[in-house]
Amino acid sequence: MYEGVIQHLIDELGRLPGVGPKGAQRIAFHLLATDPDDVRRLAAALIEMTERVRFCKTCGNVAEAEQCRICLDTRRDPAVLCVVEEPKDIAAVEKIREFRGRYHVLGGAISPIDGIGPDDLRVRELMARLADGAVTELILATDPNLEGEATATYIARLVKPMGIRVTRPASGLPVGGDLEYADEVTLGRAFEGRRLLDV
Amino acid sequence: MQGYRDDGVVLRTQKLGEADRIITLLTRHNGRVRAVARGVRRTKSRFGARLEPFTHVDVMVHNGRSLDVITQAEVIRAYGTPLAADYPKYTAGTAMLETAERFTPVEKEPAIRQFLLLVGGLRALGEAVGPGPDDLAGEPAGTPAGEAPRDPRMVLDAYFLRSLTFAGYAPALEECSRCGAKDKPLVAFAVAAGGMACADCRPSGSAAPAPQTVALMVALLRGDWDEAIRSERRHRVECSGLVAAYLQWHLEHSIRSLRHVERA
Ligand SMILES: [Zn+2]
Ligand SMILES: [Zn+2]
Repeated sequence: MYEGVIQHLIDELGRLPGVGPKGAQRIAFHLLATDPDDVRRLAAALIEMTERVRFCKTCGNVAEAEQCRICLDTRRDPAVLCVVEEPKDIAAVEKIREFRGRYHVLGGAISPIDGIGPDDLRVRELMARLADGAVTELILATDPNLEGEATATYIARLVKPMGIRVTRPASGLPVGGDLEYADEVTLGRAFEGRRLLDV
Repeated sequence: MQGYRDDGVVLRTQKLGEADRIITLLTRHNGRVRAVARGVRRTKSRFGARLEPFTHVDVMVHNGRSLDVITQAEVIRAYGTPLAADYPKYTAGTAMLETAERFTPVEKEPAIRQFLLLVGGLRALGEAVGPGPDDLAGEPAGTPAGEAPRDPRMVLDAYFLRSLTFAGYAPALEECSRCGAKDKPLVAFAVAAGGMACADCRPSGSAAPAPQTVALMVALLRGDWDEAIRSERRHRVECSGLVAAYLQWHLEHSIRSLRHVERA
């Protein structure tokens, strides 16, 4: 335990994901030894993030305006919609530079054991987006694990009466992992070889 | 390093740090166990999907300082794959896993009967016949000729009743739960009293289920599926409601997944 200000900083850092008490202490002392201007820039970036970043009202991606850059980009194909669990999954799919459609962020996966059902995700918003018939293919790129599969099953069943082609990235994606950790080559192959979901 | 080998069903996984997970298993010999799987969330993890919920795995576990660590895992049977492709089965299966965890509150206390019951329940659920999409569109609810469907929700209710029995909470269904009378008509289902009650013992506010509903509960408790599948939907629904209330009262806990279980 340290005194006052430094312990306060260690406590705050320790609340970040993946940072334990030791790591928090290391970061705090690193910052203490850093040029104050660099630290001020970091602090300013944190404050700017909380003040300027919000969630796109259309797709749920991170945005600096009402809508995100992808939703505002008229070159993106409005007929293909890719459904992902988290905004960071959009970054993973964007890295492969193959996908030219738009996204929809669910905000997680269905996990009844954690009390998370379809109503806790942005499923209703998805159905509303599909209602006008502009989307002809829905790619369900939820995580390649069991909860992701079950979430895809649920959405595919919901969308089926609408006659939209529903696919899921398949080949090459090892199951069990998080989408964000997939490398670009594997993920690219998975998108090319997406399979039709028939429920 | 000290360790052990066992087989068990993955009940739950929780993210830990950047790429690890804490895996909760219900094992054959060691009861409920929590152990870390390192790197399991990376898509190139050697564990792959072996440590996902519903999977029956053979594991090597090393005793760690704070948490045990899974060093090897081999799949015995992946019950999750067929479940994830069928939403009612998936939600019923999740409720099974959550219930198994609740019935084994003490870590590493052997619970072989709960383990065997869970494996049997998951197998039955995988083989349960939910109405396919075509059945939903075409035929009315009922039993198609030939194979009689086991409603996933009935498989779940049977699992609940039997796990209650193993825990010593079998509901009294064929005698009065209060006075023990077997010759009097049983008119009410009283959760707190422990099952059915006669008119003299009936606590106020207790439910009055249809006789067919009680007969269905008896059939599910005995595993008499020939009898159970002849039940009507309304009695199945009533049965599920009573079993859920009874289960959660005795567990002194709500089963969170239950709210999301869909009836096929
Ligand atoms: Zn957007
Ligand atoms: Zn009585």
